[in-house]
Amino acid sequence: MSGVPTGVRRLSWFELSARNRLTALLDARSFEEFVGPEEGVTSPHLLRFDLPNAFDDGIVVGRGRLDGKPVLVAAQEGRFMGGSIGEVHGAKLVGILRAAQALAAAGRPQACLLLLDTGGVRLQEANAGETAAAEAVRAVLDARTAGASVVALLGGRAGCFGGGSLIAACCSHIVMSEHARLGVSGPEVIETYKGAEEFDSQDRALAWRTLGGTTRRLLGSADALVDDTATAFRQAAIAQLQRPRTFDLARLQAEHSRLRERIRRFGDCRDGAEIVRRMLEPAAIHGLDDRSARDAERLIAKLPEVAHDAR
Amino acid sequence: MTHAEIAAALFGKAHNVSVDEAGIVRGTGSSTSGREVNVVGIANAQPLGIEAALAIAQETLDIMRRNPGAAILVLVDSGSQLMSRREELLGLNEALGHLIKVLRAATSSGHPTLGLLYGSSTGGALIATGLATSWLAALPRAQPSVMQLQAMARVVKLSIEKLERLAADTPVFAPGIANFASMGAIHAVWDEGSDLGLQLEQVLATRLNGDDERARLGAERGGRTKAATIIERIVAEAQRG
Amino acid sequence: MQTLHFSYRAASRLPGERTQALVGVVASNDLEVLLQRTSQSTDCVVTVSTAVHGFDAVWKAVLDDFVERRAPGGLRIAINDGGARPDVVALRLAQGVRLMGDPA
Repeated sequence: MSGVPTGVRRLSWFELSARNRLTALLDARSFEEFVGPEEGVTSPHLLRFDLPNAFDDGIVVGRGRLDGKPVLVAAQEGRFMGGSIGEVHGAKLVGILRAAQALAAAGRPQACLLLLDTGGVRLQEANAGETAAAEAVRAVLDARTAGASVVALLGGRAGCFGGGSLIAACCSHIVMSEHARLGVSGPEVIETYKGAEEFDSQDRALAWRTLGGTTRRLLGSADALVDDTATAFRQAAIAQLQRPRTFDLARLQAEHSRLRERIRRFGDCRDGAEIVRRMLEPAAIHGLDDRSARDAERLIAKLPEVAHDAR
Repeated sequence: MTHAEIAAALFGKAHNVSVDEAGIVRGTGSSTSGREVNVVGIANAQPLGIEAALAIAQETLDIMRRNPGAAILVLVDSGSQLMSRREELLGLNEALGHLIKVLRAATSSGHPTLGLLYGSSTGGALIATGLATSWLAALPRAQPSVMQLQAMARVVKLSIEKLERLAADTPVFAPGIANFASMGAIHAVWDEGSDLGLQLEQVLATRLNGDDERARLGAERGGRTKAATIIERIVAEAQRG
Repeated sequence: MQTLHFSYRAASRLPGERTQALVGVVASNDLEVLLQRTSQSTDCVVTVSTAVHGFDAVWKAVLDDFVERRAPGGLRIAINDGGARPDVVALRLAQGVRLMGDPA
């Protein structure tokens, strides 16, 4: 029913701008932007650093329809200052999440889709960004408490780091592509503080084995691993929304057990490859070669059934 | 002040707050009016890793189970998030997220949850501890920050001297108590000279479980002049039509 | 930061139904162009915000050429420049007017 040309939906999510991701994700012509670029609501702080503004401060928020149902959306532009969270950017994100809470509280619940693509807090506006990230995390939880699902869709070039990774962790559902990275501190930051021994930031394969979508899906840190296309993200978002997860004490206790169990099983692993080997141990006994092990890893990671419900 | 000095200042001798070898704070204290306050937190400028986050979450869940409705005080003297390949591999963001969720659930289920930042706290650790409470106080010598200036200088590609000059009159990015208070992130800076126990009592007497007021505070204090209005506009627009 | 202003009278009004379009991203070698249909006249007003000083003549040359080729009359154009080369500027401007010609 969508009407968006199939060609658009097959485009690489990684390559699409935030705006075009929204067009490709949502039902055709259903998107309505709030506080759009023509309003010129920009950062009051970047001038101090002689840095250019973006008309939308690097985030697009509004509402639309997904498979006929009304949804609220926020899409970060990873190419503008690394998708980083500044005062205005953060306020737009908090606003759309508080809107989700308000609508749910009024008996009109709408899911909120967060197309996160962020290196974290914008350092030039560090304190405002940090506060906004904390407000956004609170707002995700308040929206969930009121009955709205909040779905994180990750697959952009900035990854999802810092405060953004905490926002993602509090969402009810997390979808990642193989391009996506999710973590608190990026490899460069860890290398700066702890040296290349701890994390060689030049080793891209290491970065993806540690932070990438496949590992996250295997560990249960993400609910679905999808192809790098808008179609795949759209289908995954629709599928995830069919299994709502209330934010309550029982689920929190289940999550606690799940995280403890992960540490028990893999707490001494230092590489994603070790985790895969340990997960496939019974299969390894039957002599899986490297290539088969990789195929098995991808197969497990793409399982449509969610590995757990404790988020 | 050390955590021991703070516990003494808040509760006199009426407490059993202690810190274990991992830097995790646990215990209970009795406020001036005899109200039981459950204490959790992190001490010794300890970086916050997965095990520490889960330990604080566990302690909070235990408090919720054995002391429904009791006040919870989160004492914070942390480093940043623990910078380690192993933490990232094993999902540090989820562990910190879990801690935030547990603190929020405590608030939602009727526990007044307040934070007291008395030492340092940086980046992800700050978001997962002090900023995850519903009301945050700080002592004057506390040091909240997003990132150390040295590391920040490298990322934003400015010399440390230039960054320090900018820091002198740019509250929006420079580390420090006053700047975070002007953002609305810290609700109050407590007077170390006065009775901390009394200041705690006064906060406990107020309603702590309401809406997130930080954007409004940031507007009032002039640290964030645009955020609150933008948030209100979007909430209003989304509810129209 | 520097703000440059340019005013033109185009050969004709730009046809099309859209009232607004946004192209590009403020990133290295890129720029953001916001086009708005404003007046009934053939005027075209362009504002450029850039951190790169000293390229006024280059901006003028690119914009002169753009106005001559595309006749963007009746538009207000605002640009946030991330340090784009002239060919990228020309590309974004062309994409912008093409979008403005799309159905609303």
